[in-house]
Amino acid sequence: MSILVNKDTKVIVQGFTGKEGTFHAEQCIDYGTNIVGGVTPNKGGEIHLGKPVFNTVKDAVDATGATVSMVFVPPAFVADAVMEAADAGIELAVIITEGAPVKDMMFAKQYATKHNMKTIGPNCPGIITAEECKIGIMPGMIFKKGNVGLISKSGTLTYEGANQVVKEGFGISTAVGIGGDPIIGLSYKQILPMFEADPETEAIVMIGEIGGDLEIQAAKLIKEQITKPVVAFIAGQTAPKGKRMGHAGAIISGSAGTAKEKMEALEAAGVKVVVSPAEIGKAVAEVLAKK
Amino acid sequence: MNIHEYQAKEIFAEYGVPTPKGKIANSVEEAVENAKELGGPVWVVKAQIHAGGRGLGGGVKLAKSLDEVKQYAQEILGMTLVTHQTGSEGKLVQKVYIEDGADIKDELYLSVVLDRAQEMPIIMASTEGGMDIETVAEKTPEKIIKVTIDPSIGFQGFHGRELVFGLGITDKNEQRKMIDFASKLYKLYMDKDAEMIEINPLVKTGSGDFIALDGKMGFDDSALGRHPELEAMRDISEEDPDEREAAQYGLSYIALDGEIGCMVNGAGLAMGTMDTINYMGGTPANFLDVGGSANAETVAKGFEIILKNPNVKAIFVNIFGGIVRCDRIANGILEATKLVDVHVPVIVRLDGTNAPEAAEILKNANIANVIPATDLADGAAKAVAAAKGEL
Repeated sequence: MSILVNKDTKVIVQGFTGKEGTFHAEQCIDYGTNIVGGVTPNKGGEIHLGKPVFNTVKDAVDATGATVSMVFVPPAFVADAVMEAADAGIELAVIITEGAPVKDMMFAKQYATKHNMKTIGPNCPGIITAEECKIGIMPGMIFKKGNVGLISKSGTLTYEGANQVVKEGFGISTAVGIGGDPIIGLSYKQILPMFEADPETEAIVMIGEIGGDLEIQAAKLIKEQITKPVVAFIAGQTAPKGKRMGHAGAIISGSAGTAKEKMEALEAAGVKVVVSPAEIGKAVAEVLAKK
Repeated sequence: MNIHEYQAKEIFAEYGVPTPKGKIANSVEEAVENAKELGGPVWVVKAQIHAGGRGLGGGVKLAKSLDEVKQYAQEILGMTLVTHQTGSEGKLVQKVYIEDGADIKDELYLSVVLDRAQEMPIIMASTEGGMDIETVAEKTPEKIIKVTIDPSIGFQGFHGRELVFGLGITDKNEQRKMIDFASKLYKLYMDKDAEMIEINPLVKTGSGDFIALDGKMGFDDSALGRHPELEAMRDISEEDPDEREAAQYGLSYIALDGEIGCMVNGAGLAMGTMDTINYMGGTPANFLDVGGSANAETVAKGFEIILKNPNVKAIFVNIFGGIVRCDRIANGILEATKLVDVHVPVIVRLDGTNAPEAAEILKNANIANVIPATDLADGAAKAVAAAKGEL
């Protein structure tokens, strides 16, 4: 078991034949992901990386039965690609592209929701179910199979967290990089209950950032619905006010969205909050030992 | 990207959002010339910098004669204006905006921003204009009206009614004018991919007209590609030169006041590294995200930018190599130390793909001030010790 994706998930790649799409699709295929084809307009009928290329997502879905799309198209075309996927009946779009305009994502997400399509990202490392299915750009080799679920806004902190969990002798069930843009798809609020329901997952690592209030909403939900132990880290305790730290979302203005507020809310919800990401592995070992 | 007040007002004018008449000046002579053209009898002389709170800092003056315009323009041009938004170092004023004085009967507040929780734009308004809106939100939250606009239907009549009744506007003519004002502002927000538009104060004049007395606008950097007219408004003198230089090399850099230079891949890990240094008793000198493709050139540039800061006593390179292999990054670091004179200890933590090979490369290179670390905690501890001269 795992959440959202596994070895049987049929995946297509939008922006399949581009430089990024090609490189990462190949890595995913090597990992074992069941990539059944890709979409690049005007290249329909070609074979790329041993898989069929289609002109439209609809053609790809009709021919392959794919349910998940990994999106690598350039930023200006992300919204179009996501809406096309939703329209074609894709169930989950994993949007890797960085730099999509916020307004575009606002419309694309509304449309996706209307068509019951889930989204992950944009500007994220993707999702991986360890040793089964990697849909994204993370280094697959660090994700050993195990019983810890991981959700993170940050890419490299996802790797850092997973690596520590593995070094402590545990492993990962599924890891989801949700991205840190102002508008994102699935977030803590949707993913935490999936881990709660997943029999394979016994503990959850949640990595957040300054900005926005998703972590505050998560704290509320954890208090009400989550019985499995949760370890959390919030990046940006030392970030100066009003400065943007790389991610569009990681900005503090006024008092809303500070690391302190989020850490306090999570602690109050019974979460084990660590002050440094270097403590994630140890904290996971602790909460699992208590069980 | 942010723009100046005078530029925001040009955009307001384009959308039919009423503003006082005004003209921008780069010199005292031009300021007086502008004032003559505007005619008076009163003018407002306003410093143009990308920060709020200019009035309290002495950057906004009311002039009642051309002599006073001259006097204030002389005072303001070239001054370093310090406000609660500039930081203690302040900002140099290079332009002044000369504007017609307005007949102010009432001061309101109006803004359009993205509500991240609802994932839709909201219009925020308040009768408490001219004050710091964060203070209003904290002390009297009931005085802030929020109207969410679903972009799939856009600004409708009912949004306007919620707004004017919330503001307590009872005169029908005034209601109509305010609704018109807000709907134009919403259109501008959407058309231009704005991140934030704020008017504080928005004033009601003696004749019952609403005008934007101030204007602040920020735009979504990711959307500037489709707005060359906005890109043309960029004022590079408002941006930190080091941050700008870093950006040209795909690096995201922000200077801080500490002693430990940081070079990290990924914004989250970069912030997490700063947090860890702080937790271990050190102080980060900067945030630096080298992005996904750390190589010799970007690492060398990173060293160069970090070392411009004389407070830096040690550098912590913390890279989690994913797709980029650590052995290549290790070679990049060695090459970078040849390109740039790195005179402080450099603590290097490389983890992820091919990390053991990378450790071997660093060990064999045997450079005195390049110190390998095994993990994040070890690296941060060594960096803190090195900065204190204890390593």
